[in-house]
Order: sequence, then structure tokens, then C-alpha cells
Amino acid sequence: MGLDEIFTASVFASAIRLATPYIFAALGETFAQRSGVLNLGVDGMMLMGAFTGFYAVHVAQVGAVMSEPASLILGLAVALIVGALMGLAMAFVSVTLKAKQGISGIGVYLFGLGLSELLFQEWVGTPKSVSGFPRIEFPLLTDLPIIGEIFFNHNLLVYVAFALVPISAYVLNNTTFGLMIRAVGQNPEAADAMGVNVARVRYATTTIGGMLAGLAGASLSIALINLFQQNLTAGQGFIAVALVYFGGWRPWTVAAGAMLFSFVNALQLQIKVIGADIPSEFAVMAPYVITIIALVFATKRHEQPTALTKPYERGE
Amino acid sequence: MKTWHTNRRCQYSWGRASVSPLRGYRHTGYKGIVILNKATGFSQSALAGRLNRLIDFAPVLIALLLALIVASVLLVALNANPLEAYDFMLKGAVGSENATAETLVKATPILFVGIGITIAFRGGMINIGGEGQMIAGALAGVTIALVLGEARVPAEMAKAPGAFDLIIVACSLLGGFLVGALYGGLAGFLKAYFDVNEILSTIMLNQIAVQMMNFLLNGILLDPAEAGFNNIPKTARLVSAAQLPRLSLPIGDPYLFARTRLHWGLIIAIVLAVVIYIFLWRTSWGYRIRAVGENQRASSYAGINVRRQMMFSMFLAGGFAGLAGVVQVLGLQYRLQTDGSPAGFTGAAGFNGIVAALFGGLNPIGAIPAAAFFGGLLVGAQKMQRELGVPASLITAVNGLIVVFVVSSEIFILQRSKRRVSLQETPENLDEAQGTS
Repeated sequence: MGLDEIFTASVFASAIRLATPYIFAALGETFAQRSGVLNLGVDGMMLMGAFTGFYAVHVAQVGAVMSEPASLILGLAVALIVGALMGLAMAFVSVTLKAKQGISGIGVYLFGLGLSELLFQEWVGTPKSVSGFPRIEFPLLTDLPIIGEIFFNHNLLVYVAFALVPISAYVLNNTTFGLMIRAVGQNPEAADAMGVNVARVRYATTTIGGMLAGLAGASLSIALINLFQQNLTAGQGFIAVALVYFGGWRPWTVAAGAMLFSFVNALQLQIKVIGADIPSEFAVMAPYVITIIALVFATKRHEQPTALTKPYERGE
Repeated sequence: MKTWHTNRRCQYSWGRASVSPLRGYRHTGYKGIVILNKATGFSQSALAGRLNRLIDFAPVLIALLLALIVASVLLVALNANPLEAYDFMLKGAVGSENATAETLVKATPILFVGIGITIAFRGGMINIGGEGQMIAGALAGVTIALVLGEARVPAEMAKAPGAFDLIIVACSLLGGFLVGALYGGLAGFLKAYFDVNEILSTIMLNQIAVQMMNFLLNGILLDPAEAGFNNIPKTARLVSAAQLPRLSLPIGDPYLFARTRLHWGLIIAIVLAVVIYIFLWRTSWGYRIRAVGENQRASSYAGINVRRQMMFSMFLAGGFAGLAGVVQVLGLQYRLQTDGSPAGFTGAAGFNGIVAALFGGLNPIGAIPAAAFFGGLLVGAQKMQRELGVPASLITAVNGLIVVFVVSSEIFILQRSKRRVSLQETPENLDEAQGTS
């Protein structure tokens, strides 16, 4: 077993693919946390987005009521809307009702986990697959050796996810909206005094976070795996939250963390495939161990938004 | 000046005098209340105190009502008659001797975890790691039980079998507690010294524990009789000396629950719930844990070692989850087995324990009925699934809603206590951070 057997082009390609849901979810979480809302329900939102997106596509394709691309767009739209609704609910709970965010997020997670499984068993029953987003063929580029396989052989959502990284960084760092988000997360009293509506900004970011979580789920169920089963995400939403801490609340480093994590995951899968002499349980465990170690060394307290998890209340 | 502010802030913020960490902290909690109440001229009559206790549970009742409404809407959407569904659930949960016993059997691990979660949350540590800590405890407990069970044969020759049996069970329980506690304490340590968010670390530790269990159950802990077959990963069956006895009540003939799976784990859990209540509210150790949970900065001004308390509350929380795991093995399954899925062994008791703890008003005594309630929900939902075809995962969704509703309705308590304070005087900075970090 040589290193060339492990570090193949397909491992790099699958690392890029596997990073997609993490990038979506973690970018959404970055927005929420930068404004001071810790949304721990990401995994539940991903599950709901994954199921509803999958179900819309499934129904449309089985009934043959529309063309395949149209069904996929419908699936995306449904996942985005469901994610947005769950984000709104989370915002209502943590901004308006000022509930403890760590615990209420777990509630939202359990709700999404239970409801997606319930609806799946009721409406679909057994795991069925749909034809999801096809791989995009780039003229010439896809045929390039190695480079083509690694970079130019993915479906649309993979590219959307990576395109969102610079967009998120730009929005956060260079726009008025981004400034308001950072102000609200760093010093809500000052932001309020300057006329920023703290609650509205937090509602917006949490809803964006919900939409991106829904999209992350849909990227699994209608673009990468193309099926739904109970607990499809298997805790990926929590990893996404960890990645935000790991990445120091900045889109670029968060995405880099997602890449690192998915690379370890891809390696783990490859080691299983080539049947290396490592118990598969340790391979599956490795990403989680690495996440903890990364959190130990990478959590930079001074970069954490000061008002994270703290509901804002105007001093009367 | 600063100390003074922090001082009165924490004293007022929750409207429950018993949680104020300062001044009285060297005394027991009870003495603390008296001192603080005298100091503020705020005296609680017995009646008012009882009323406040009731209002403490108001979020729970609001949450239950809201969850019931949402569950009914869901059931209607699934073409089921809610009343019929609830009727089946009730029958499934307490409709017969066996149903009631199954409810209590399901409630036992939830109660153990719930007690632990209560300690952690009171200490300000959001422990989501019940699942992993259960597994860690069960792995340790089953190993000790298996090893000592083997050793029992020579001990019997030494003519002291009875005493040795008790030692096997006691050692297994203790080992399960300790290893679960260390696993939980690890998250506390990472939080205290490396500022690693305990929510995230416990979630990661859950996954790690599941994989570790799968590894051990497919390897050195695998039942020798199963080796070579590709069956469910499980350990050998415990010898009867290492099992917790079944529980029956001396009512009727045959005794009540004599023919059910109910076991002594339930009694152990209830006794420990009372012990932990006393620990949290009548000892200075418990007082320090709660003080840190209420206000870390004020506690540290008062000379409490905040880091140590963080680790200690997570240690205890993990220990109780570990007990849940080992009792599940010693009392019910008589072996450790899983289907390989994350909740294959635990039955998600690690998560349901969180719900029960919140539902019990973060009070170990309150966790007893709460755990029974959720045990009943789980058992009843299975009956509902059989009769009406409504998937039992409805309960997972409802549990999630209950968590959200309980923490959301706490705002009404906060507002109420604020009004009460503002009648006296208006302290500054009432918006005490109720965040996690």
C-alpha cells in the first residue's frame, strides 16, 4: 500500500464534493453567529431541507409533471423555503423570546430529526433515489488529466457552495449589511444607539443561516447522495457549527476548515476502499477526534463575537 | 463598586433567592437565602414561596400544552384522529401491568441521565453528551461484570458466594459511574482550560464513543459464542450473579410487576434523585456548582474556583449518564449489544434525559415524574404506531418542541421576577447574560 494509492485524484475530487454541505451550513452559521445568535439547530434544519427538497423532486419526477431540471429547481426552492421558515422560528425563539440558545437549538434539532423521519416514513416509506443534479461537463477542461477530475467534474451545487465563500466574505466585510451584522454581534448597545435594529438584523442572519442549512441538506439529498433516509445528515450540522468556531468566524477560514475536514473524511473512505489494516471504526472516528483537537488549538477567544448567545435587551 | 453591582445583579436576576451565590455561599443554600433576604428587606412568606415554586414549573405546563396542540395538528395532518391516538398512547403506556412496567423500564435510564443533566445545567454546562457518556459507562460496567463474573467460580469455592455477588454488581456500577464521569469530565476539562465549547465537544465525544463501542463489540468484547458469525455485535451474557435483580411490589398475588422486566435500577435512580436534590440545595458543594451556573464572574469574586466547578459538574453529569448505561446492561439486557447505529444501544436516552431534565424544572425530584412521563410517551408511541400506523418518530419531534417551548417560556418567569424587583427598586443591568459561555 503506497501513498499513491491513498492520495489519488478521486480522493481530492471527493473531498471537494464532501465539503459542499459543510460549506453551505457553516457559512450560514457564520452569519448567525457574527450577529450574536448561536444556532445549534442546523442539523435539524439540514434534515428538513434534505427531506422536503428530496420529496419535492421525488414527487415531480415520479409524476413526470415537469422536466428534470425544473424538478430540481423546485426541490431547491422548497428546501430554501423550509430552511428559511425554520430559521425564522429559531430567530423568534432566541431573539424575541430570548430563550437560551444552546438548549433551544437542541430542541430545534430534535424537532427536525423527528419530523423529517416521520414525514419520510409516512410519505415515502423506503429509501428511494431520485436523479439529482448532473455533473457539469466543461468543454476541454473536464478532459484534462487529474485537474479535470479534481476540479471540473462536479455538479452545480458544489460550485455554488464555493462561490458563496467570497460572496459571504464580501458581504460581511465590505457592505453596510455586513457592518450591521458585525456591530450587532460585537456591541449591540452601540449598534442600537446608532439606529440599527438589533432584532431585525438577527432575524435576517438567522433566516439566512436557516436557508443555507436547508440548501446544505438539499445538496446531500438531491445532488450528492440523491436519496433520503432517516438521519441522513448524521450530525453534519453540528460539525458545521464546530467549523465556525474552528474557522474563527471568518468565511475563508471556515471554508478552509470545511475542506480540511472533508479531506480527512475522503481519506477515511479511501482507506476503507483499499482495505488498509486500520479498523474502520477508527477511520470513522478520526474526523471527530480531529475536530476536538482543532477546537482545542484553534478557538481564539478574542475573535468570538462578544454578544454570542446573549439576547439583547434595551436598558430602560 | 463593580463587585457590588455583580452582587446584586445575580441576586435579582432570577427572582429565586435560593440561587444567589454570594455572601451566603459558605453557609448552606438555605442560610444564604435568609441572609440575603434580610439584607434586601425582601421577605418571602411561606405561601409566597410555595407560589413561586409553582410558577417555576409554569414553563413546563405551558410547554406541555403547546406541544399537545402541535402534536394534534400533526396527527390531523397525518389523517389520524388525535383523541384516538392519545387514547392508544395512554393504553400503551399504563393500560396494563406490563405496559406500566415497560414505561418504568424506559424511564429508568432517562431518569439517570436526567439527574446528571440537571447537575450540569445547574452548573451552567450544556451537556449534550449523555449518549456518549452512557456508552462509556456501559462499556466499563460490562467489562467489570464479565471479568468478575469469571472470577466468581473460584470465589464460590471459598464459600462466600453471596457477598461476592454484591461486590460484582457494586463494582460494575461504580466502574460505570467513574468511566462515564471521566468521559463527561473530559469535556469539562476542555471547557475549563482550553475554552472548548462543551456543546460541541460533547457532541463529538458522542460519535467517538459510538465508534469505540462498535470497535470493542466487534473485537475483544465480542461474545465468544458469536465469533465467526456475522451477527449483531454483542458481548457474552452476564452470569446471573452480575445481574441487577428484578423488582416486584408485594401487592396482590402474584406480586405486582413480578412477571415484567422491571428491575432495581428504578429504585437506585429514585434514591439518587433525592440524594442529588439534597446535594444541590443543602450542601455547600452543590451551592458552589449552582453559583457558578448562575454567574461565573460573581462566583469567582466570591472565591470559588470556577474551573474546578465546571469540571466537577460535568464529572457528575457524566457519572449519572454512565450509570444509566451500566444499569441498562446489568438490569435489562444482561449484555451490551447494539445494531451499529448511534442510538442502537442507548435508545436515545441520552437526548431524552435532556428533555426530562428541562421538563422536571432542572430539579432532580422533578425529573422523576418527567422521566416517567417520557418513558410513557415512548412506550405509548409504539402502541400508537402498531394501531394507527403513525410513526413513533412523532415523539422525537414532540420532544424537540417541548425543549423549545420550555426554554422559550422562561421569559415570562424572568419578566415576572423583574416586575417583582422593580416594585422595590430598580437595579441597573438586569439583563444578566443567560448565555452559555
